[in-house]
Amino acid sequence: MSTLPFDPLLVAIFAPLAVALAIACGLPKRFSVKLAYVGFGLPLLLALHVWFYYGTAAQTHGYAFLTSYSTGLDNLGIGLKLGLNGISLPLFVLAGIVGFAAGLYAIQSGAERLKIYLMLLLVMQGGLMGVFASVDIFFFYFFHELALIPTFIMVGIWGGRDRNYAAMKLTIYLTLGAMLSLIGLIALYVKSGAHSFDLIELRRVIAAQPLEATVQHNIFGLLALGFGILVSIWPLHTWAPLGYGAAPSSAAMLHAGVLKKFGLYGLIQIALPLLPAGLIHWSHPLAWLAVVGNVLVIGFVTIAQRDLKQMVGYSSVMHMGYAFLGIAAGSTLGVGGVVLLMVAHGLSVALMFLLTTSVYQRTHTFALDEMGGLAQKAPVLSALFVAATFAGIGLPGFANFWGELTIFVALWKFSPLITILAVAGVVISAVYGLRAAARVFFGPATPEFAKIAAEHPVSDLRWSERLPALILLAALMFIGFWPKSLSTALDATLSPAPAAQVGAVK
Amino acid sequence: MDISVLQTLASRNLWGAITPEILLGGLALVLLVIELLFPKEHGRIVPVATLVGLVTILGGVLFNAPSAYLNQETFNGLLLHTHGGQIMRIFFLLAAIMVCVIARVSLAKQSLPRVEFYHIVLVVTAAMMLLAQSNHLVLFFVALETVTIGLYILVSYYRTSLTLEAGLKYLVMGALSSSLMLFGIVLLYGVAGNPALPAHTAQSMHYGQLAAFLAANPHNFLASIGIVLVLAGVAFKIGAFPFQIWVPDVYQGAPTPVTAFLAVSSKAVGFTALLALAGTVFASYAWLVAPVLTFFAATTLLFGNFAALTQHNVKRLIGLSGVSHAGFLLLGVAAVSRAPMAVGAIYFYLFAYLLASFAVFGVMAHVAGANDADQELDHYAGLAKDRPFLALVLALGLGSLAGIPPLVGFMGKLFIFIAAFQAGLYGLLAIAVIGVVVSIYYYFGWIKAAFFETWGKSVDAPTHPERTPVDFVTGFALSALALAVVVLGFYQGPLGAWLSAR
Repeated sequence: MSTLPFDPLLVAIFAPLAVALAIACGLPKRFSVKLAYVGFGLPLLLALHVWFYYGTAAQTHGYAFLTSYSTGLDNLGIGLKLGLNGISLPLFVLAGIVGFAAGLYAIQSGAERLKIYLMLLLVMQGGLMGVFASVDIFFFYFFHELALIPTFIMVGIWGGRDRNYAAMKLTIYLTLGAMLSLIGLIALYVKSGAHSFDLIELRRVIAAQPLEATVQHNIFGLLALGFGILVSIWPLHTWAPLGYGAAPSSAAMLHAGVLKKFGLYGLIQIALPLLPAGLIHWSHPLAWLAVVGNVLVIGFVTIAQRDLKQMVGYSSVMHMGYAFLGIAAGSTLGVGGVVLLMVAHGLSVALMFLLTTSVYQRTHTFALDEMGGLAQKAPVLSALFVAATFAGIGLPGFANFWGELTIFVALWKFSPLITILAVAGVVISAVYGLRAAARVFFGPATPEFAKIAAEHPVSDLRWSERLPALILLAALMFIGFWPKSLSTALDATLSPAPAAQVGAVK
Repeated sequence: MDISVLQTLASRNLWGAITPEILLGGLALVLLVIELLFPKEHGRIVPVATLVGLVTILGGVLFNAPSAYLNQETFNGLLLHTHGGQIMRIFFLLAAIMVCVIARVSLAKQSLPRVEFYHIVLVVTAAMMLLAQSNHLVLFFVALETVTIGLYILVSYYRTSLTLEAGLKYLVMGALSSSLMLFGIVLLYGVAGNPALPAHTAQSMHYGQLAAFLAANPHNFLASIGIVLVLAGVAFKIGAFPFQIWVPDVYQGAPTPVTAFLAVSSKAVGFTALLALAGTVFASYAWLVAPVLTFFAATTLLFGNFAALTQHNVKRLIGLSGVSHAGFLLLGVAAVSRAPMAVGAIYFYLFAYLLASFAVFGVMAHVAGANDADQELDHYAGLAKDRPFLALVLALGLGSLAGIPPLVGFMGKLFIFIAAFQAGLYGLLAIAVIGVVVSIYYYFGWIKAAFFETWGKSVDAPTHPERTPVDFVTGFALSALALAVVVLGFYQGPLGAWLSAR
């Protein structure tokens, strides 16, 4: 039993925000950086704490660590209600780990105007912890936006090539997605008759009186479209590679690793249990869109990339296809697999973005054609990169393996044809992943790289870069070898299957 | 002399019901006396006296928030003191305070008389507060005309050619709309006094009597023409399509504090009137009012947002974005009849709009040069480096206007959307979502001008007018606005409970 004298979830959310506020108020740079360690470290420690104690903590309505605070809108059924269940716990932990790694990487990056950079990253971190700790879906949405805004600013100010265009495109796409899902959530609020954004209350009301089938279809469609844009479903994915290509590394790590999972998490936590008929209605279009668009088309597009960072961006779009497939399958196994994949992909894509930036600092280019032979000069970097590539492909030993495996098993029951197509995607990711690793690290050095290496002597990863990378890799392998650490809680929350929890359609 | 008359007067002292308005009028007169007594120093004394007076009156109103006259009619039914009226009194006082704060900055760049400006602002504010509580079409019209005539003078206060053009446009368009509205009122008056019709009344300008008459004759032709004309007159005030054509030119030409006054207070006046008329008096004509409002809301949302996309002058930009905000508010008004929470949502939205708009206008007054009409987006280049405080306030204000969480503007939009969904206005909601996404583009462009270009590789120093330093009072007011914009976004506290009470 957890014996902290304070609410760990509330502190995990507000510690980074408080540090950000302190920095905004004009703290000197020396203290800012020291305090930033606290702002990124405290959420990680608290996340690990709740992970460890989750099994023994008292459960109320299926949630552990449940607390609620009034913000003055009780009349409208809005209140800050925090808690964790088996679905949100893994993601809460993910946010803690990736946030800490991104924070460490940002502190060592020596970015211009480091104070403002760290401040925005801390706001993002606070928002991320809030997204997964919120039981109230208003605050769930609210914290997502809180984390999203700094992304736009960071892309616009610290971004690379095309940053203005990328920031604008990112903003408009993601605002559209967010607005559509907001309307979907409002529809749920009004149509359920609960007049509350509290997920527990909504579940209770809808269990007593399920929504009509057409209403479920419409709301699910709206949510799937809105959340789908946020998760970069094909063909509304174009913001993702562009945005990640331009984003500074820590922002890309946090966004691609954690924030993007918001849409999937929303579908699993909100749409599946409350709108089961909606899922059945939409599951086939969703699955085909995911397998043909995200997995196959984007898979081939990824193979064609000549730019390392763009390639990582496209590969993350491709992997989201598997997540949609798991959701379409709808069973306990499939949805559980999605949650595992979300955690695994979050860790591996964050690691990938981190290493990509480290590669860039040594080669001064993202163009795959101009690299080669980096392994001789930076063996640790190349070992980590190859490991991250293996994780991305989904080899056993890494967390991704369990996510993809369970999704495929569940998918077979849903549609064998789609499963076969989806498994072909694994081959595609092996092709581009291994080819990129081979191009960058092995073989003889290209003339371009030899020239750059002569001008800027290439060193291996420094410890300040190694540490965040090793944290991410350790988490990947820990879950890879012991998936039960997450799956026990997941299983308890997801059985019976979420789509069947609330009962059949009226 | 019969002392009993005085006794009756004393026992039913109705003047107490409008103490704040009387005090405002008194304060306006005191300003004129100050000018006479201190001919040299009045330039410095007058703004301070105005601000101190306004803050005192606001404190008094807040202290007596549940007024003793609540839900009573006074002055033979000319006024009705409601909860909403109290809220709007506070609103107009806050707005007047902010207008005066901005005017201190803006007027300092011109060599013009000061007293008249503050005098008119006070009188107009008093009229607005009366209008918010009016319960009779005559008082409504008189108060509205007081507001409009005061604004005619204020709009052309700077006497440059653009300002005069703006003043003339506003005068012509305003006179047209006033006459439309007056014609509508006369039609209603005439038809409601017709002895041949059921429930006819001699008191046909009184809201309650008029509503009773309309309820008894739900499909009278003349009455429906009257209603449409009155709504058209109000639509001019709020800048709803197709009565928005004056907005960009007048907003550009008018002095910045007056633009703020027009954008916030004058718009709020229109919405108070609309809530009173469309929500209650014309309630039995929902078959007519609902489609008219839906038309206004849909076209205003689309026009405001798309027209704002191409603007480079920030005053025109904010004017057209104001048109789009009128569209969001109209969405709320259209929902009033079927969703009870819409009224609270509109009040909340108005306050959110007030806070964010004055934050933006406050920054604009500092960035503007001596030529007040010439305020381009380019002038904001490098603001974040030069004046980080102003840039931060600007970003928060614009973010809130765009409706980005965690700022207060988002909560306003959320409440309006919930109300609209409850009322089943799905088509309008779809248009509103398009509006929000489009609006992100131009607000973002402004923020980009102030922030992103700052740390670019090659900045050719763009020419911009010299930026005024922020003094203590303005700095305090702007910080308070910025803080309120952030805090009210996630913690509404007692204010939220009060505004969302059913």
